[in-house]
Amino acid sequence: MSEVTRLQELVYELKIEEVMTKDVITVTPQTSMAEFREILREHRISGTPVLERGELVGVISIEALIKALAKGEMEATVGEKMTRDLITIRADEPLVQAVKAFARYGFGRFPIVDKQGKLVGIITQGDIVRGLLKRLETEYHEEEIRRYRASHIFEDIVSDRTSIFLRYYVTARDFERAGEASSKIKRALSRLGASPQIARRAAIAAYEAEMNIVLHTTEGGELVAEIQPGRITIRAVDTGPGIPDVEQAMTPGFSTAPEWIREMGFGAGMGLTNIQRCADEMRLESPSSKWTSLEVVIYLNGEKKK
Amino acid sequence: MTLDELRHQLSLDVQAAPDKLNVEVTGGYASDLISCVMAKAQPGNVWITVLCRPNIVAVASLLNLAGIIITEGMIPDATTVEKANEERIPLLTTDMTIFTVAGKLFALGVPGVG
Repeated sequence: MSEVTRLQELVYELKIEEVMTKDVITVTPQTSMAEFREILREHRISGTPVLERGELVGVISIEALIKALAKGEMEATVGEKMTRDLITIRADEPLVQAVKAFARYGFGRFPIVDKQGKLVGIITQGDIVRGLLKRLETEYHEEEIRRYRASHIFEDIVSDRTSIFLRYYVTARDFERAGEASSKIKRALSRLGASPQIARRAAIAAYEAEMNIVLHTTEGGELVAEIQPGRITIRAVDTGPGIPDVEQAMTPGFSTAPEWIREMGFGAGMGLTNIQRCADEMRLESPSSKWTSLEVVIYLNGEKKK
Repeated sequence: MTLDELRHQLSLDVQAAPDKLNVEVTGGYASDLISCVMAKAQPGNVWITVLCRPNIVAVASLLNLAGIIITEGMIPDATTVEKANEERIPLLTTDMTIFTVAGKLFALGVPGVG
């Protein structure tokens, strides 16, 4: 399903010049149909542009050759049999222009021209399919390599206890960027080979912790994900104002969020409850109401939590 | 049923990520409280809400939701739309209320959570 969507995107991303055949076989109006037949056979193609003194003047295809064969007109010239209604496409246009042209005109090929109208290539539906497949394969391969490299990092780098630390600085009241740190943590976990369920639990816990920093702190704070074999630890640390009553804060539905925060959909008083639901271990500290430290641990192999 | 089919059935307007409508919808969830959505919405769900600020995109992206239906004539601002296009989260809008949208989706066979 997602491949189809990616294909649709690629049709807009790729330029025609990236996909077209650049070594164009051409004929002139003076070429005879017999010679044209030999050219098609030799190069295993089904049509060519027609150039006269370097200028594009028409297109001739295998259909014209078959008609000429049937009528015994093999001595006729290409100039007499070619199509003069030229539909050309610019090389710097997105590939979708070619796709549209094939759907609209039903031709087998289109000459591709540069800004000055000079012939620089030719495109068939086969070129389009090959170009798309090649790009898809490259992209798939790149993501595979990224995942492979990332997921082997713990085997490739040897120590008694290897950890990867991802640090994100979270700004108070920055609602535009809120959630970005969690998104990055989630992507990193997927690349490192975490299952979708683990990545989801970590993403939810990280998001709620990140939002707590955005919503409730005066100076912002830091979100740190520590990834080691077997477990992910997410720490959210800020410099105040702290939580006066940690037990009360853990009560589902308890919220100190002002009205304007609730209007944005936040402040339901369920953030810490959500984190606890996703965590295998959770520690919340806010001594002397100066700072708050939240630590969440998720086991990678345990099935303790759903 | 895909998001695109739902879009046609309910005559929803597409505000962002029109290229991502071809996804199968696994179910529906409706709430205007982010933490409830974080707790309950399942991957592939369509989320119905009146919220329309940029943070809804982050939520949908983190939860791998199929898309967001924004109700009651609310229109997401340019930042939200831009983020949604970036994260490839379809945003659909309608004048209907959450209740009506949810009812129609249910009648079309889109299940709720739990």
